[in-house]
Amino acid sequence: MNTLTVSVVTPDGPVLEDSFEMVSCKAESGELGVLPGHIPLVAPLSISAVRLKGENPQRIALSGGFLEVRPDKVTILAQSAERPDDIDIERARAAKERAERRLQAKQDEIDFRRAELALKRALNRIDVIENK
Amino acid sequence: MASLRDIKTRINSTQKTKQITKAMHMVSASKLNKAEEFTKAYDPYSAKIREVVNSIANSGLDAEHPMLETREVKKTAYFVITADRGLAGAFNSGVLREVYRTIQEKHQSKDEYAVITVGRMGRDFFRKRDIPILKEITGLSDQPSFADIKDLTSETVQLFIDEEIDELVIFHNHFISAISQKVTSKKLLPLTDLKEASGGAKSTYEYEPNQQEILDVLLPQYAESLIFGALLDSKASEHASRMTAMKSATDNADELIDDLSLQYNRARQAAITQEITEIVGGVAALE
Repeated sequence: MNTLTVSVVTPDGPVLEDSFEMVSCKAESGELGVLPGHIPLVAPLSISAVRLKGENPQRIALSGGFLEVRPDKVTILAQSAERPDDIDIERARAAKERAERRLQAKQDEIDFRRAELALKRALNRIDVIENK
Repeated sequence: MASLRDIKTRINSTQKTKQITKAMHMVSASKLNKAEEFTKAYDPYSAKIREVVNSIANSGLDAEHPMLETREVKKTAYFVITADRGLAGAFNSGVLREVYRTIQEKHQSKDEYAVITVGRMGRDFFRKRDIPILKEITGLSDQPSFADIKDLTSETVQLFIDEEIDELVIFHNHFISAISQKVTSKKLLPLTDLKEASGGAKSTYEYEPNQQEILDVLLPQYAESLIFGALLDSKASEHASRMTAMKSATDNADELIDDLSLQYNRARQAAITQEITEIVGGVAALE
């Protein structure tokens, strides 16, 4: 079966580089599946999990970023990306509670947006761990 | 001439200082190694993001973006990266002097500029001189991760988007080698060098949903990554610079100890000679 090379890079270093059969992720405009031979594409990703399908499937928690597709190569540029093993579940839970408290405290709009994003990131991490 | 005991005390204290500077030298050397690794880890990310940004910017850009446009400069922000601590030779003073000179040359009124500082040395310097500080961050770890400065970078980029500032110039120590660092300044925002650095787009992409929205997400991320890159560069320089400073401090201590030992031995010899003369004199008087 055809495969494509997937590399996930963050400012703190490469997270993963391996071959997979399919990449499925959530772009800002909706779910997106990439198979080998896809036309070159750039799309922003939302805070979500990327599912990499192949011999050893992987899930990676992204906090936003980019997807760059070439026919035989997919690059994901994210400000942070974690494999399930690297996620600190306690920290994610703590972040979730903190964000929820902030959301209830009804602050001004900027804090509200930030808390919302923080909550999304925390939920995403927890989700990736629990559905390993 | 100083007494024997005075010299001994000085030798001891210099010895202790030397131990400290030597330890700091070695600590900095290992931190420098790590910093270089971090910079290496960051390289693929920056290279990739630059490639994507370039190829979008050069693909017959019909999308406009405020971060790409030069507008009339009413307020300039200077992003200054220093260390939290001194003892690093000219590391801090070099970059601060350069910023201060630039500000003095270019601006008349305080409304025209502000600084954003990383590191305690920079913050204290500008605070003392009553220069407006927009944002500051201190106590960064020696190997900063992107998460540590994400808030600062995104707020900085937001300031530009909200037109609070019209220009962002970054000042930092550029790491050339372990013994050489250079203060550099670079205009970060607006991102003007993109369109010039064309050289023919290598690949054309489909954009999902469209160029405009991609630029909205990509450009801030790009600018943030540039700031992070400068920070890593500066950290490497800091460790290198501290390493060199501590090396020369250790060498100086060695030299000082040599001089003092010589003095000490001379004084000791003089004291012995004098004692013998006194005894001989005493005996001669008795005979």
